[in-house]
Amino acid sequence: MTEFLQQLVNGVTWGSVYALIALGYTMVYGILRLINFAHGDVYMLGAFMGLYASRWFHAGEDPSPIKALLVLLTSMILCALIGMVIERLAYKPVRKSPRLSALITAIGVSLLLENGGVLIFGASPRFFPQIVAQKNIELGMGVVLSNQQLIVLVVSFGLMLALRWLVLFTKVGKAMQAVSHNHMAASLMGISVDRIITFTFMIGSALAAAAGVLVALQSPKIEPYMGILPGLKAFVAAVLGGIGNIPGAVVGGLVMGIAEVLVTGYISPSYRDAIAFVMLIVILLVKPAGLFGKAVTEKV
Amino acid sequence: MKRFLPPILTIFALVALNVLLPRVMNPYYFQVLMLIGINVVLAVSLNLVNGFTGQFSIGHAGFMAVGAYASAMFTLKIGAPFAASLTGVPLPVAQGIALLMALVAGGLLAAGAGWLVGLPSLRLRGDYLAIVTLGFGEIIRVVILNVNAIGGARGLPGIPPYATFFWVFGVVAIVIGLARNLAHSTHGRALFAIRDDEIAAEALGVDTTKYKVLAFVLGAFFAGVAGGLFAHFLSYLNPSSFTFIKSIEVIAMVVLGGMGSISGSVMAAIVLTLLPEVLRSVKDFRMVIYALMLIVLMITRPQGLMGTRELDLGALFGRKKAKVVS
Amino acid sequence: MTTPLLHLDKITMQFGGLKAVSEVDYAIHKGELVGLIGPNGAGKTTVFNCITGVYTPTQGKVMFEGRQISGMKANRIACGGITRTFQNIRLFSRLTCLDNVAVAAHPHHKAGLASAILQTPAFEADEKALKAQAFEMLDVLGLADYADQPATSLAYGQQRRLEIARALAGKPRLLLLDEPAAGLNPQESEELMTLITGIRKRFELTILLIEHDMKVVMGICERIAVLDYGVKIAEGTPVEIRSNPKVIEAYLGEEMPA
Ligand SMILES: Nc1ncnc2c1ncn2[C@@H]1O[C@H](COP(=O)(O)OP(=O)(O)OP(=O)(O)O)[C@@H](O)[C@H]1O
Ligand SMILES: [Mg+2]
Repeated sequence: MTEFLQQLVNGVTWGSVYALIALGYTMVYGILRLINFAHGDVYMLGAFMGLYASRWFHAGEDPSPIKALLVLLTSMILCALIGMVIERLAYKPVRKSPRLSALITAIGVSLLLENGGVLIFGASPRFFPQIVAQKNIELGMGVVLSNQQLIVLVVSFGLMLALRWLVLFTKVGKAMQAVSHNHMAASLMGISVDRIITFTFMIGSALAAAAGVLVALQSPKIEPYMGILPGLKAFVAAVLGGIGNIPGAVVGGLVMGIAEVLVTGYISPSYRDAIAFVMLIVILLVKPAGLFGKAVTEKV
Repeated sequence: MKRFLPPILTIFALVALNVLLPRVMNPYYFQVLMLIGINVVLAVSLNLVNGFTGQFSIGHAGFMAVGAYASAMFTLKIGAPFAASLTGVPLPVAQGIALLMALVAGGLLAAGAGWLVGLPSLRLRGDYLAIVTLGFGEIIRVVILNVNAIGGARGLPGIPPYATFFWVFGVVAIVIGLARNLAHSTHGRALFAIRDDEIAAEALGVDTTKYKVLAFVLGAFFAGVAGGLFAHFLSYLNPSSFTFIKSIEVIAMVVLGGMGSISGSVMAAIVLTLLPEVLRSVKDFRMVIYALMLIVLMITRPQGLMGTRELDLGALFGRKKAKVVS
Repeated sequence: MTTPLLHLDKITMQFGGLKAVSEVDYAIHKGELVGLIGPNGAGKTTVFNCITGVYTPTQGKVMFEGRQISGMKANRIACGGITRTFQNIRLFSRLTCLDNVAVAAHPHHKAGLASAILQTPAFEADEKALKAQAFEMLDVLGLADYADQPATSLAYGQQRRLEIARALAGKPRLLLLDEPAAGLNPQESEELMTLITGIRKRFELTILLIEHDMKVVMGICERIAVLDYGVKIAEGTPVEIRSNPKVIEAYLGEEMPA
């Protein structure tokens, strides 16, 4: 029992990271119907930006909560800017092209970020400094939560709530909803569709960057290809929840994190990478639009 | 009979080149040439699914892996002993027969997998289907990594190198001929119709279910055959050859060539196989340049090099003028 | 009375909270040319979608020649003798006009996949026959000159006619036309009317026609049914419909059936 609860805690922590990344996929998909394959690489960049930021702030040698927060924010802001540049330079020109060409562009951007990463950061893993010293918190019944895990949980759920507030209650959030519903109608209502799309990319990239920093806190080995698999899986999480659906992405991410940790613990670590996809296929066969997606009949 | 002439000429040409090329060609160039052949088979087979039918498969490497491992195991267990037992038959012929059996076995198993993946395509559209094919590819890879009988993560060595120029380019000729004939037939038109407007196609009597599964099965079969050629050319298989990146490479070929254009796929397979080789001299920048070119090409020519058109080779071969396919 | 060719037996089509079609009962007999009218959003196209299997009605049955077809897949219904055109033109944009029509003739084609791939002589003969058939349909609709042009290069009115040619190539016994005159100028509509009565005679068709252009509907239909908010509010001859108070009410604020 203790072990199971411990696994669950680890699963939720890990899942909240997937959820953060999945949010970016789902928002971009909702608004552009584009699978932004480069999103996992933005997560990787988030970790590296965090690495450089901790150098600037000397957060590794002399850790403090303020510095850790500064590292997180710097990484998020830098990645938001990177997201903006990517959208403007690469995705905007293919917005009206066939879907598959846009997808290839996204894949091109992904390859560019990974291999550009190899050029700039080097191919061998780098170590993320300990910007928060590890402490364990006893939760009772023998279950422990490290303070790093706690930070991951607090930050990611905080960000998710903030996003929910942004989308539901602010003007720009409402504009995002309008654009994801119908570009044409939104622009007729005086919304600058281009600006909203860029903004969506920036938000999504910032969330991915946060995920990158949070993961690096726990597993400090970072390298340019680290985004591929988590990116794919986070996308799967978004699809699981019903792509385009924000709460769906969160639930999908959590389900995925828990499932992975359980498979690792109870079946075999070597099948960990497959469970995400097995779950995906099973769920899509039962509910073709994902857990929270609505099946719509195409108007003819 | 006039219609048997081109195949016969092709066979003669293949046999001649099969003898000649390995002797006169620099081994490195020869290897690149063979890889081009294998990539052409992959690209054209994926074009049947993505280009002809407008489905969205991004797990082609998975089918290739199934074919590669299945055919390799077939040869190791059955084919090689069988070839050795064929006394009185010239060695290349015996090995050729063994390879052919292995390719068919690998292709059939891959086709079975294609059928399995094609089935959900009845219920899933667009991106959902894409993600299922991706998931399938990843599952296959993880399974291969974990099955020790086929080498697991260490890879599978010692596959007899039966895949000669004759076989690789023989398959290239077959897959191109098949795709071309399909495109010019009523079945091909049904696939194109599904690509252009699935609902209209169905309302006009096209059995969209049957054709979508057919496209998947055919595409997977040839991906499996390509995998078999790959295995019997390199003599060694490693699960890392069949990652998502490999699927992406093949998609890039199809899209770059133009969805639905066979000649486009062929040209793009050649270009995209050569490109990294040509860029070898700039080592570190190689993949960055590759990625940049991909992006720039998609921005400047989103319909690919050929769109849905075909290169007119009719005049070249003195055959009836090839028409615009679609 | 003989069994009707098409019988809508209390069909209802519900989308979430919206009843787009509500318990519609209707019968069409062989050889008739019937109109289906109603204000925008009345559910006319949805009725077509229910008949052709694009949607499955949430309640009720569609019977064709005495057999239930609701619940069957759209392609089987098409092969079974009902083809249609689309209100918002849905041509195969990257195919030529001839190929667009040939696709629809495809169910009547016998050669299998293997013979197609091997290009056997039998296949080639079959393919030739099919193309000839498709060409004939283009010719009937006056589009023979455009056979090798991409479908999207046609003018709007021609695209509408190409849709009709394509539907005819499926050798239907019941043809459904969804606003064939939409976007046509008066002269083109006039020609269209002659064309519709012409093909009806030539192919011995039964035709169900949705149309907003009252001149066309009143001019060629023998019977008309009227939908409003998914409910059938009237049916009868053009004369009866024109003077039906319910119909006038439904159209209030819109163009009145003149
Ligand atoms: N797939 C669908 N999902 C949800 N609502 C639908 C769907 N198809 C049709 N509707 C709704 O059903 C109602 C009837 O639509 P329908 O297209 O049948 O009207 P119509 O009579 O053909 O109108 P028009 O004259 O404008 O073509 C409309 O309110 C429409 O929005
Ligand atoms: Mg309508």
